[in-house]
Amino acid sequence: MSGDWLFIHIRQTAPIPLRLQLNVRPGELLALVGPSGSGKTTTLRAIAGLYQPRYGFIRCNDDIWLDTHHGIRETPQQRRVGVVFQDYALFPHLNVLEHLTVAMDTGTPASRHAEALRLLEIVHLKGLENRYPRELSGGQQQRVAVARALARQPRILLLDEPFSAVDQMTRQRLQHELARLRRQIEVPIILVTHDLNEATALADRICVLHGGNALQTAVPDVLFRRPLSPQVARLTGHYNVFTGEIVEHDGRTWLQWGHHRLEIATSPPLPRGTLVDWFIPDSDIILHRRGRPSLGERENPIGGIVEECVTLGARTDVTMRCHGTNEPLRLQLNTHAARRNAIDIGEEIRVSLLADGIHIMNPVDYERNSGTVY
Amino acid sequence: MDWTALNISLSLAAWASGLLLPVGLLAGRWLAYTNLRGRGFLEAAVALPLVLPPTVLGFYLLVMFSDARLPGWLWQEITGSGLNFSFAGIVLASVIFNLPFAVQPIQRAFEGIPPYMREAAWCSGLSVLENLLAHRTAAGLAGLGIRHDTDFRSYAGRVRRHSPWSVAPLRARRARLPLPFTDRMQAFDESAAGTMSLILLVASFIAIGIVYSLTGRRPIRVR
Repeated sequence: MSGDWLFIHIRQTAPIPLRLQLNVRPGELLALVGPSGSGKTTTLRAIAGLYQPRYGFIRCNDDIWLDTHHGIRETPQQRRVGVVFQDYALFPHLNVLEHLTVAMDTGTPASRHAEALRLLEIVHLKGLENRYPRELSGGQQQRVAVARALARQPRILLLDEPFSAVDQMTRQRLQHELARLRRQIEVPIILVTHDLNEATALADRICVLHGGNALQTAVPDVLFRRPLSPQVARLTGHYNVFTGEIVEHDGRTWLQWGHHRLEIATSPPLPRGTLVDWFIPDSDIILHRRGRPSLGERENPIGGIVEECVTLGARTDVTMRCHGTNEPLRLQLNTHAARRNAIDIGEEIRVSLLADGIHIMNPVDYERNSGTVY
Repeated sequence: MDWTALNISLSLAAWASGLLLPVGLLAGRWLAYTNLRGRGFLEAAVALPLVLPPTVLGFYLLVMFSDARLPGWLWQEITGSGLNFSFAGIVLASVIFNLPFAVQPIQRAFEGIPPYMREAAWCSGLSVLENLLAHRTAAGLAGLGIRHDTDFRSYAGRVRRHSPWSVAPLRARRARLPLPFTDRMQAFDESAAGTMSLILLVASFIAIGIVYSLTGRRPIRVR
């Protein structure tokens, strides 16, 4: 399979608003995440040639698949894309082997047969060649859909929520198989999912879509620790987004949050007095152990009253109302740590906000940007 | 045993089926996917032979197949013989009469294919033509439905159960309205017969056109 780059630029306001620009390199897996109606599937369909945006430019290496300005629009057949549909879209009247051979357009019947068997072995379906879709489990159907997409020798692979129709156990197994499979194919892969954990586990980069806008595209670590805007932080499941003010003291830049002056490791070049949104991930909020102070407690210590305490198996979600700001700060603790520290509603607790974890979102970036590529 | 009659019947069935299959496939597929306004009236035109009294349809066919009309004249020019009372004529008449029995089940079968299935076929590299003719995906899928739907007995049963006109009133209608028409024909009063036929044709067309337009079925659109 060839190593093609994919470049996508789509812009329209109606009927479905879309505004995004993406690059995907060979072998890279880009996940499109966002709430329902954010434009994930429409974007995927536009790439496949199943939907034509009002203004758009899509290029795969040197081949222009879509250029609305010059009236170029290649058909799905010409684009040579492999698509795994949400419900797999298997043909009920074809058996597993025929699903693969029907998608092949090169070679002799014998070579197609051999290639189909090879692909079936890759997706662990050897021995099921003669079965029909109704005779397969959900996981097996999904594998047939993947094998059919690969049988086309696609230049790009598009996966539209491929794990949504299977149970949790099967999903994990299929995700593992996809992670293994993608090491064997050198084409750009785009995965549409609403599951952030799935995107984080599988994707090299994640693009967050909302209302048809690509809000941020970044590697998972950057996305989760350095969201571009409060909206991205919330869409990626983070709650600890607050407003503060940039201040200077002793020649250094600090963040004023209510009565607290917070030490920060880095800050965008913003003038003193600027009101900013800031964010801290759960992993950078450290609970002070009762009766055993440590050096880390000197770093941005904050006290508060536990307002909510929910145990979810091995994890306990705690919401504390902070003194000096009256804002709720959420943190995740191991359940045994919560028990050991007698965390309960109404209890006084103290935490440290690690300076490295405090991320100040530059309003200039997210007011100007949508679709920034990192 | 009249072997000639059997031979003609078998030949007629073979020719009519052979012609109806491609016509039914193309027309059924087009009707299933078109977004054209007034689709209901096109469907009504296809369904007309179902509700028109056979005598009226026969009258029109006789008129259209005569040398004085374009279809008959064209046939005469091309083949050198007339259409009326010829084997080609009865094949053509049979095709027209049976058009709804071919088009409607095929159309329903195509409508029954989920849009994403067609898209999967395109993304698997199959062209529309391959899709339709290669009996691999869409045609194959439609075939699953066609095989069931074109079984005349089940179709007739369905008509009886679901048709807005039950069979009994249909028979009554046929008994009431075509009789004066037949009388006029037997009296060689072609003008009066033509007027009655036209009234029946227009009334039937409008009635089923309204029914098809109001049934709320929409052409298949991709997601």
